[in-house]
Amino acid sequence: MKGNREIFAEGYKNGIPIGLGYFAVAFSLGIAARDYGFTAVQGFLASLLTYASAGQYMGFALYATNATLIELIVLTFIINARYLLMGFALNQRMPEGTPLSRRILVGSCITDEIFGITIARPGIPTPYYTFGALIAAVPLWALGTALGISLGNILPARIVSALSVALFGMFLAVIIPPARKDKAVGAAVLVSFACSLAAVKLPYISDLSQGNRTIILTVLISALFAVLFPRTDKTEGGESDAE
Amino acid sequence: MQNNAYVYILVMALATWFMRVAASLIMKRPIRNTFLQSFLYYVPYVTLAVMTFPAIVEATQSPVAGAAALIIGILAAWFGASLFKVAVLCCATVFILEFFL
Repeated sequence: MKGNREIFAEGYKNGIPIGLGYFAVAFSLGIAARDYGFTAVQGFLASLLTYASAGQYMGFALYATNATLIELIVLTFIINARYLLMGFALNQRMPEGTPLSRRILVGSCITDEIFGITIARPGIPTPYYTFGALIAAVPLWALGTALGISLGNILPARIVSALSVALFGMFLAVIIPPARKDKAVGAAVLVSFACSLAAVKLPYISDLSQGNRTIILTVLISALFAVLFPRTDKTEGGESDAE
Repeated sequence: MQNNAYVYILVMALATWFMRVAASLIMKRPIRNTFLQSFLYYVPYVTLAVMTFPAIVEATQSPVAGAAALIIGILAAWFGASLFKVAVLCCATVFILEFFL
């Protein structure tokens, strides 16, 4: 059994490559934020407190169009709806009797990437791991935003281009090993790739925001596979299910 | 009237945080229902797959480099490379290919 300090260190270590990927993405977010009228300090604060890429981009754009706070809240809920699903998936892996504080702490760390590595890690999700990753990654996200605002497009485009695939590489590292082990997951991944490509190309659907496309496809495809290939094991969230 | 940027940032942060912890506030125990259990089992893989493709191809300057990073990333992950290695291999693929493309 690993101690909490070790688990935190493990999370921190895995959070560093995430943070480097964030840094590059945040830099381009910062460039957009500057156009929308944010200062570097404001961008830094926004990224430190929100740490949500698509949601923040939308929030910055809404600020520029002088949208009301109600509109901001509703649209933030919609664009970040996948976090709600991710929260359910993480809580599903926590046994009955898990303290509310622990559930909230784990939930508070949800980003696409931290969720990914937390799900990939065997055993019960622990806040020591998620906070380790969060503390490594989010400052780089905030710093990248601030630098994007203050320095503009100073990184060569080729470097930004190369760094921008780091996040996707991490996603692949999370989904491919289980896809190899479990044919149903493999099929779900392939169907997801195909539908996601179709959703970008098809009329009407492609007009939806990327966040909304993601949530619609996630619900539809996951429901389809839940019907076709139900999982009957009762050990979900158990001791050491090495999924 | 122009909104106050700091109020805006705070509201955005709180609304985002609420979505993260809403499930934690509701759930007291793992769901037993087979459909919901299965649904939640597939959610992470489907979400991440949907977010990865075709976005990875659109993220790079040259779509070919993005597609190559996708293939290299899948192969590396298939053969058990760590999170960090897969990410670095994808970046290196794009960086090298975009010298030529």
